[in-house]
Amino acid sequence: MALGREHELHTRRRGRNLGLGLTLLAFVAVVFGLTLAKIGGGGGMQAFDHAPRSELVPETGK
Amino acid sequence: MTDATTSLSSTQTGEAGFGDYVALLKPRVMTLVVFTAFVGLVVAPGQMHPMVAFTAILFIALGGGASGALNMWWDADIDRVMRRTRNRPIPSGKVREDEALAVGLALSGISVVMLGLAANPFAGLFLAFTIFFYVVIYTMWLKRWTPQNIVIGGAAGAFPPMIGWAAATGGIAVESVLMFALIFMWTPPHFWALALFMKSDYKDAGVPMLTVTHGRPATRRHILVYTVLLVPVALGLALTSIGGPVYLATALVMNAAFVKGAIGIARRTEAQAEADSYKVEKSFFRLSLYYLFAHFGALLVDATLARAGWEVF
Repeated sequence: MALGREHELHTRRRGRNLGLGLTLLAFVAVVFGLTLAKIGGGGGMQAFDHAPRSELVPETGK
Repeated sequence: MTDATTSLSSTQTGEAGFGDYVALLKPRVMTLVVFTAFVGLVVAPGQMHPMVAFTAILFIALGGGASGALNMWWDADIDRVMRRTRNRPIPSGKVREDEALAVGLALSGISVVMLGLAANPFAGLFLAFTIFFYVVIYTMWLKRWTPQNIVIGGAAGAFPPMIGWAAATGGIAVESVLMFALIFMWTPPHFWALALFMKSDYKDAGVPMLTVTHGRPATRRHILVYTVLLVPVALGLALTSIGGPVYLATALVMNAAFVKGAIGIARRTEAQAEADSYKVEKSFFRLSLYYLFAHFGALLVDATLARAGWEVF
């Protein structure tokens, strides 16, 4: 058997690598899609960026 | 180089194809898990973002697949003996036992964490408990110890609609418990019908199936008893908030047919069954599959009608 010739084992291995690669890609896509859905459905998001936020100031003058 | 070629081409070297790992997840069982979990999620009150719902179903299915892989890892010895399971990835030599264990554990962890993050922690924990129940309580403990293995172990297969419901609501309700009870009570007649016509498989493997420990006439009577007990559970679901006219009509028809089939099985002798190659038992087993899909399908139709504003009662 010449070394360059493709063995059935190589076909199987390639199929497995391809399957695993696609699975990982699909996983990344799902996590990305989930992140977008969570952020999109989460309403207004604010970071602590040292800017005054009116909703945190106790109500006064009532 | 015959030796080298043989060892290379042998699938015992951990060189299984991708499809062999997929087979390890019991894809046919996964379809039932996906369907019932999907129905549980859809009929639950409230709205869920489609992507979150999709992710939840995906990882519930993956958790079911992971428990299938762990089941195959533990049961490899008896799978080699039974005709029905002889071609599974481990007994056929395509996947090594340690690989199956690694795949099962890794996918269990991923599915539990991802469901917890996508839906809510309670749903994630519920999935973890279900995997534990199926692998440890059913596979490792009950299956080889008691003829009630199918009855108690059936709970694992009955949890998915409750997990779907929990993913949508974050809790448990009477509706989700009744969906669980429907599958739980359906499982024994379904599996015992299979055991009746799979003949010597379980005996050869030393699994204490009811047909082996109590005999086939007793199994026939057990099928009838569980089928009759299933009726109030199936009809009771129609009286809850997720029941509707389509479900009620389906439940009435399917339960009448199921009880009729079970009476037919209970009345038969082994000689009669042998004579027609277990025709009645096989058709009852097929009917049991339609039974479950019809009930959950009807719940789905009623939920869709209700959301479209076609609520009748």
